[in-house]
Amino acid sequence: MQYLKRHYWLYIFLIPGFSYLLLFKYVPMAGIVIAFKDLSLTKGILNSDWVGWYHFETLLTSSNFYRVLRNSLLLSFYQIVWGFPAPILLALMLNEVRHLAFKRVTQTIIYFPHFISWVVMAGIVMSFLSPSTGIVNYVLHTLGFDSVAFLLKPEYFRSIIVSSEVWKEVGWGTIIYFAAISGIDPTLYESATIDGANRFQKMWHITLPGIAATIVILLLLKLGNILDNGFEQIYLLYNPMTYATGDVFETYTFRIGLQQGRISYGTAVGLFKAVVGFALIMSANSLARKISKKSIW
Amino acid sequence: MRSLKRLTGFDVINYGLIVLVSMAMLYPFANVLAVSLSSYSAYIENPTRIWPDEFSFAAYREMLSKPILWSSYLNTIIVTVCGVFFGILLYIVTAYPLSKGYLKGRKLLMVAVVFSMLFNGGIIPNFYLMRELGLLDTLTALVMPMLFTGFNLILMKTFMEHIPEELEEAARIDGASEPYVLFRIVVPLSKPIIATLCLFTAVTYWNNFFNAVLYIRSVDKWPLMLYLNEIIRSANLASTSADGNLAEQGAFDVMPETLQYAAIMVVMIPILCVYPFLQKYFVKGIMLGSVKG
Repeated sequence: MQYLKRHYWLYIFLIPGFSYLLLFKYVPMAGIVIAFKDLSLTKGILNSDWVGWYHFETLLTSSNFYRVLRNSLLLSFYQIVWGFPAPILLALMLNEVRHLAFKRVTQTIIYFPHFISWVVMAGIVMSFLSPSTGIVNYVLHTLGFDSVAFLLKPEYFRSIIVSSEVWKEVGWGTIIYFAAISGIDPTLYESATIDGANRFQKMWHITLPGIAATIVILLLLKLGNILDNGFEQIYLLYNPMTYATGDVFETYTFRIGLQQGRISYGTAVGLFKAVVGFALIMSANSLARKISKKSIW
Repeated sequence: MRSLKRLTGFDVINYGLIVLVSMAMLYPFANVLAVSLSSYSAYIENPTRIWPDEFSFAAYREMLSKPILWSSYLNTIIVTVCGVFFGILLYIVTAYPLSKGYLKGRKLLMVAVVFSMLFNGGIIPNFYLMRELGLLDTLTALVMPMLFTGFNLILMKTFMEHIPEELEEAARIDGASEPYVLFRIVVPLSKPIIATLCLFTAVTYWNNFFNAVLYIRSVDKWPLMLYLNEIIRSANLASTSADGNLAEQGAFDVMPETLQYAAIMVVMIPILCVYPFLQKYFVKGIMLGSVKG
């Protein structure tokens, strides 16, 4: 009681933030009951009939579901293969730069694409790849090749998404590694220089081990988020011609649930993703804790 | 001269590659700017240009004459300002108690925060919540979903944990109330993290498209990104269907393709303006925030 009397302000401060979390995060979590009901708009959520696991059975027997799962995993896989090492490499390269002005200008340039919206990005991608007026086809044409309608071909979709994402985020991704590099004890480099180590040896034996923990944690975090592909980039660039490789959980839930009105089924798809995603991120965190004695959060 | 001498072969290759990467980052923007200032025929002749040809402001004039541009610009500004202001206020008052080691129930509260980051109801329950609250097709529906995130809260909390407690204790002994300590002592000391979060949230709101697709119907409530998307869609429809014949038919004063480039520039200008000034803050803010105990 004495404690409350002394610190009551602290608890008053907490009220708005946690009311927000309750209303906008936890109430929608309760909304997952929709997945176990046959939602009828006239009856409302509470009075609609329970159907148990019906929507999940439909889900597991639907071929669209497996297509979405496959697309989602493959897209994340390629994003990790190309997008994960790139900022590490770039950070190591920039770390070797001695001219501070050069370094600063480069950083200003490479961080910038992160601040561009996906709508702008998709606009640039679409016009660059346009079959009639786009740059890419202009170059192909000049070299004597035929125009290609890249955005209508499923076989190009993943490459387009992955490369635009790498372009946008590679520079931004270096910041966290710079933070890790700045934490390395400078005397290590000094003594290595005295021992006659060259720059590659220092990079290999000091810088890389120094940021290894960060690399492992970020990789685990990426693996934990493997079902998240992001809605905007896909939604803005895909079309019915490229659903075969481009349709992922976010876009599928949106189309099925809100555009086609299969609300309960759409919620079930979303819930599947949320539960599996939660399990993945929890295991990633416990692994990270074991490896580096540090939790991700 | 001395510093030039020290440039080894390794340096030359390294610097060269970095310059290439930077150029790859800059090229699309230079190209968009150049095309937006060129005539349509110059664009068709060579779309790869990074320097305008047959210089013309026509695309911009056309863009700025559209009333939807102004209404959507205003909507985005309103949403961004509200989102940043109320968001930062919420982060400040919530992070402060959570940064106190002696706060009872702190662990449980943090679990509630982290859980809200890791698990969510999904698109449809969120949509229904907005519907039940009567917020569909309002600007409030664009502000609320992203107002308060666990990630930013933790950044702010971590920063506040590093503010020396003695400063606050001294004020408390002088009889200062808790709100006074927070807003007169802790907030001024937290400027770097507040600046960082302002930039992050402002950019998030400015760029967001998803919530508008989900919650907004009427054209007069459109934020900038919905309108930009509309311009881009019609440009690409024109370029795939007409193969440039429309220009000869004189169907448009300004061709949709060049119009979309001007639109992209108009949307990016505010970010281009604030970005260089805030850059020094966010790098520092990220570094401070990522120092976890």
